[in-house]
Amino acid sequence: MHPDVVATPLPELPLRPPAHRVHPRAVTWWRIRAAAGLLVLSVPALALLFVIGTTWTVALLVAVVVVGAAYVAAVPPWLYRISRWEITGRAVYTLHGWLVREWRIAPISRVQTVDTARGPLQQLLGLADVTVTTASARGAVRIRGLAADDAAELARVLTETTHATSGDAT
Amino acid sequence: MTDTSPPINEAWRRLDPRMLVVGPVKNLMQLLPFLLVVLLTGRSGDLTQVWFAVGGAAVVVLAGVLRWRTTRYRITDERVELHTGWLRRERRSVPRDRIRTVDLNASLLHRIFGLSVVQVGSATGASSGLDRSARMDLDAVTTAEAERLRRVLLDRASVATTPSEQPSMEIARHDWAWLRFAPLTFSALAGVGALGGAVFNLLVEAGVDPRDVGVVDDAARSVAMAPLWVGIGLAGAALLVVAVLGAVVLFAERWYGYRLTREPDGSLRVRHGLLTKRSLSVSHERLRGAEITEPLLLRAGRGAQARALSTGLREGGSGALAPPAPRAEAHRVAAAALRADPAEVTRAPLRRHPQAAFQRRLTRAVVPAAALVAGAWLVDSWWAGAGVTSLALLPAAVWLAVDRYRGLGHALTARHLVTRIGGLRRRTVALQREGVIGWTFRQSIFQRRAGVVTAEAVTAAGRGGYLVLDVAADDAVALADAVTPDLFAPFRSAPMRTSTVMTLQNTKK
Repeated sequence: MHPDVVATPLPELPLRPPAHRVHPRAVTWWRIRAAAGLLVLSVPALALLFVIGTTWTVALLVAVVVVGAAYVAAVPPWLYRISRWEITGRAVYTLHGWLVREWRIAPISRVQTVDTARGPLQQLLGLADVTVTTASARGAVRIRGLAADDAAELARVLTETTHATSGDAT
Repeated sequence: MTDTSPPINEAWRRLDPRMLVVGPVKNLMQLLPFLLVVLLTGRSGDLTQVWFAVGGAAVVVLAGVLRWRTTRYRITDERVELHTGWLRRERRSVPRDRIRTVDLNASLLHRIFGLSVVQVGSATGASSGLDRSARMDLDAVTTAEAERLRRVLLDRASVATTPSEQPSMEIARHDWAWLRFAPLTFSALAGVGALGGAVFNLLVEAGVDPRDVGVVDDAARSVAMAPLWVGIGLAGAALLVVAVLGAVVLFAERWYGYRLTREPDGSLRVRHGLLTKRSLSVSHERLRGAEITEPLLLRAGRGAQARALSTGLREGGSGALAPPAPRAEAHRVAAAALRADPAEVTRAPLRRHPQAAFQRRLTRAVVPAAALVAGAWLVDSWWAGAGVTSLALLPAAVWLAVDRYRGLGHALTARHLVTRIGGLRRRTVALQREGVIGWTFRQSIFQRRAGVVTAEAVTAAGRGGYLVLDVAADDAVALADAVTPDLFAPFRSAPMRTSTVMTLQNTKK
């Protein structure tokens, strides 16, 4: 096919990242969520330590805490650096994920609904998600961790834009 | 299209009154094992059990009557409306321009009374929670009314003019030689298993344990006397014979009288079934592509099955355009459904994916197999021979990887994006370019190091998205760019390399 592609692999897609970052408070949001996950994971490890109390249970607990703490410290900022979004007159474009990166593009003309959602934690932090759905079961494009006001404004603009275009290819 | 049709403003209609009989009878039959158990477990002279059974039956009959009384539907110019329920009222309303498929089904019971169930599939927004509401079931109306609804709902224009006397055009019909594919479909085998399980359950529910039946018991005892391998062999052989026979019977019942036609209004219509008659209509405007599925066994027998990708169809099960048939026939049917040449759709020559795709297939098959082998050696001391036997997994894994890689490919033809994937269940999908409503690219850190990416063409039909697995990163974007022009232009980072541009011009033409 293209022998040169195999010889010198391109590290990433030949697409520039979307223009906008999410809100910086999203890092805090991801941190709190990760910390909660760490707590949930360390409870069984702690229980094992009390019930059995051998060396390997200590090692297990230490491992869970170290890996979890590393995750809490490192992954949210990393995710923040990668997560981006952009909306033009023609398309919604997002990039998200750290181990598996995911680029999603949906034409504005195919958008069916625009929803905003705020979990309890997001409400505390003043954040919101915007989900743009198309006619496909797998085509939803989600922008996570926007400032609540920006999200509402974005949803309004998007809804207006999509009303102006027609046809959703269903 | 709608301009020519006179306004259709129907009054509310009820389901057919015969449902007053059919509904309760159907429910009673489902309740039969339970009623039997209740009746059989009672002590003689004690009538409580009988009253329970009678009460249960009465509730079922009453529920059937209530359902009939409270269900009504109507078709207006704009919408189809369905009201059901008494305690929990449901009012469903679907805009008519969102209706995608109309399915007619008639079980044996329905057929005795001349009734058909109409299932209306519509396209609604995305997320899975809405999936159920995407379907509207009318259970049941007369077969003539069902036929009328099918025509009205799928195409308004053809109803406005006389219900067209043009004959429908036959695309394919049943061939009994295809019965040989029956045992090769896994779903048939699973169906037999389910059937066997159901019969066993029914017997147990009815208080009969098959193990208590003399003949079975004697046979079981004499087998138990023989060496173990004879027993296992016999059981295996018996199971196989039952499975094959059952698969053949199920296949014959399901596909009896199969016909695929193109109706005068352009829609596709699939009809088949011996006891339960099934009919599926897909309007041409809603057809987004076709899929050829080849489960491993079927592929080994040189068979394949053609399916329609249409918006409004339930995921999985439905959408079959033909029974499992010879490969060439499956491709022919798929192409005829799409009104294209087979070489332009599912038979298009596919481009191989890069070497990295093969390495990834190999890693993903061999690493789990190697882990299993290692596990087997660990337990080798308890279960002699486990380790040596497990070594057979390794060549099997390599074969699987090679097979999966050889199947991998994609192509862009004049009107379709064609992609093939999978080994155990190989799927070739031809998706109309206009049917693609977005793209997703995924790249794990391993893929990133290998310089490949998985592209997913997002569509409203079928599974919702179809993968082009492990292609070179810029080929993925070039492909997507060619399918949906203009979408990517503002986001491209580097200018296209010459080789890519040339390839595109060749395929685009």
